[in-house]
Amino acid sequence: MEIGIEHYLTVAAMLFTLGVFGIFLNRKNVIIILLSVELILLSVNINLVAFSSYMGDLVGQVFTMLILTVAAAEASIGLAILVVYFRNRGSIAVEDIHLMKG
Amino acid sequence: MNEIFPNLAVAYGEIFLGIGAMALLMIGVFKKDSVNLVSWLSAIFLVVALFLTVAGTGDVTYTFNNMFVADKFTNFMKILVLVAATLAVIMSREFFRLEGDDRFEFPVLMVLSTLGMMVMVSANDLMTLYMGIELQSLALYVLAAFKRDSERSTEAGLKYFVLGALSSGILLYGCSLVYGFIGSTNFSAISMAVSNMGEGGAPVGAIVGLVFVLAGLAFKVSAVPFHMWTPDVYEGSQTPVTAFFAVAPKVAALALLSRTLYVPFGEMSASWGQVVIFMSVASMILGSFAAIMQSNIKRLMAYSSIGHVGFALLGLIAGNAEGLRGVMIYMAIYLVMNVGMFVCIMCMRRKEEGMVEDIKELSGLGRNHPALALAISIFMFSLAGVPPLAGFFAKWYVIIPIVNAGYFTLATIAVLASVVGAYYYIRIVKIMYFDEPVEEFVAQKSFPMKIIATLSAVLVLAFIVPQISSPVLDGATAAAQGLSQK
Repeated sequence: MEIGIEHYLTVAAMLFTLGVFGIFLNRKNVIIILLSVELILLSVNINLVAFSSYMGDLVGQVFTMLILTVAAAEASIGLAILVVYFRNRGSIAVEDIHLMKG
Repeated sequence: MNEIFPNLAVAYGEIFLGIGAMALLMIGVFKKDSVNLVSWLSAIFLVVALFLTVAGTGDVTYTFNNMFVADKFTNFMKILVLVAATLAVIMSREFFRLEGDDRFEFPVLMVLSTLGMMVMVSANDLMTLYMGIELQSLALYVLAAFKRDSERSTEAGLKYFVLGALSSGILLYGCSLVYGFIGSTNFSAISMAVSNMGEGGAPVGAIVGLVFVLAGLAFKVSAVPFHMWTPDVYEGSQTPVTAFFAVAPKVAALALLSRTLYVPFGEMSASWGQVVIFMSVASMILGSFAAIMQSNIKRLMAYSSIGHVGFALLGLIAGNAEGLRGVMIYMAIYLVMNVGMFVCIMCMRRKEEGMVEDIKELSGLGRNHPALALAISIFMFSLAGVPPLAGFFAKWYVIIPIVNAGYFTLATIAVLASVVGAYYYIRIVKIMYFDEPVEEFVAQKSFPMKIIATLSAVLVLAFIVPQISSPVLDGATAAAQGLSQK
């Protein structure tokens, strides 16, 4: 069987869905949320690279490079905020984040 | 098009701010006790960037391989962003001087996020859009969690980060679909491709992508149903951070949203029109009803800002230059009202307790601090949209285009929502003047704060004078025509 663009798009869509569900259904741990965010970004990268190679256009791959870089910065800031939060609360369980009702 | 060296003159303001922020970091690190210096230099840099922006001709100019654009619209929005950021830097200076938690990183982060907002306003490509949003948000996450020994502030930062990262992911997924199904990330190219698709319209994939992009951007302007973070982040962050959040990022995100809807997807207004109508109506209604129960003034301002975003979105629904003009005028007036109101909120301080945020603490303010109470009443009446204050004209200029475009139901809902909203604004005035006085606040001695509060109160009062309002109105007219022609 030939692997075409639709297969890549399906994988990316599945990863994206997993990531979104990982954020909303997870009741345990903020680290899992960070992992889910990375999953979402990676699914976007698969999409972009697949489209880019399908259309023979390099823009998608340049975009991917930018996303990879920004994702690293985003993860580091997220972990930094998580560390200061842990120092104050002594817990990173999702159900403990309720000081303010939202 | 294929320039060997990009035309940098278009982006002098951004380049200056970028280099300036790096220089400020160096000064902050290597010079002892330089908080004051770095803060005032940040304010000065922002003002210089403002002048560099104003110096631009206002002709439509593209640079960096068409990824960056400058025209009258970007100039207008950048002026708003930079004014808001400058005032926020000055306000935070005064706040931290009293609070005694001085760190030089604070103004530098504000400058960096302002740079991100300027890039957002000038974005002409999905890549620039993403980079601008991220540069702005990454700095804002840190600002929200800036009081690192406070549970509330770090919780606000964490919530903002998680939801912000999710929204960036959704936005990006939309970008990738648009890129794949339309074939380009450039706004001009997308616009051309979409108009060539003719009657059959854009492919389903592109429409799905557009909706995802819209969802991501709706998050940044905190429109319902992507507003959940707003009250918590506004309440948990320190007051100057909230003051900054309430104005500058909203202006930038609305500018970006307007450009995205008008330029690349202008031909697809049938697809995004319904989404924007829903977001606008839901924001207006939630903004006015949910605020009624709030007792914390910052939370109340959060819901108020959600409601105001709903009104501003009304202008976009009209889909023409008149509506866009309304959005721009709305943001200009919103800026003045909010900056003034947050200066007043920062005055809610007692000797022993420090900052207080409960609305009940305002009881009897009319007797203790008549000037402050008068200023708050002016802002409250204006936010409620009582004529002849500026807030009334803001609503007027977005509702008229809607009526002209034939959306009568929508206009009726907007007016009713504004009536409900008036209840909680005017309740504050009642608390200040008719309730039993409580303990006094510390008198505000800072000169810059008094100037900002007085000036914004006067502007709100004097907007009805044609000489005061015409620069805003004319600027918005010219800018809106430039953008919606393309």
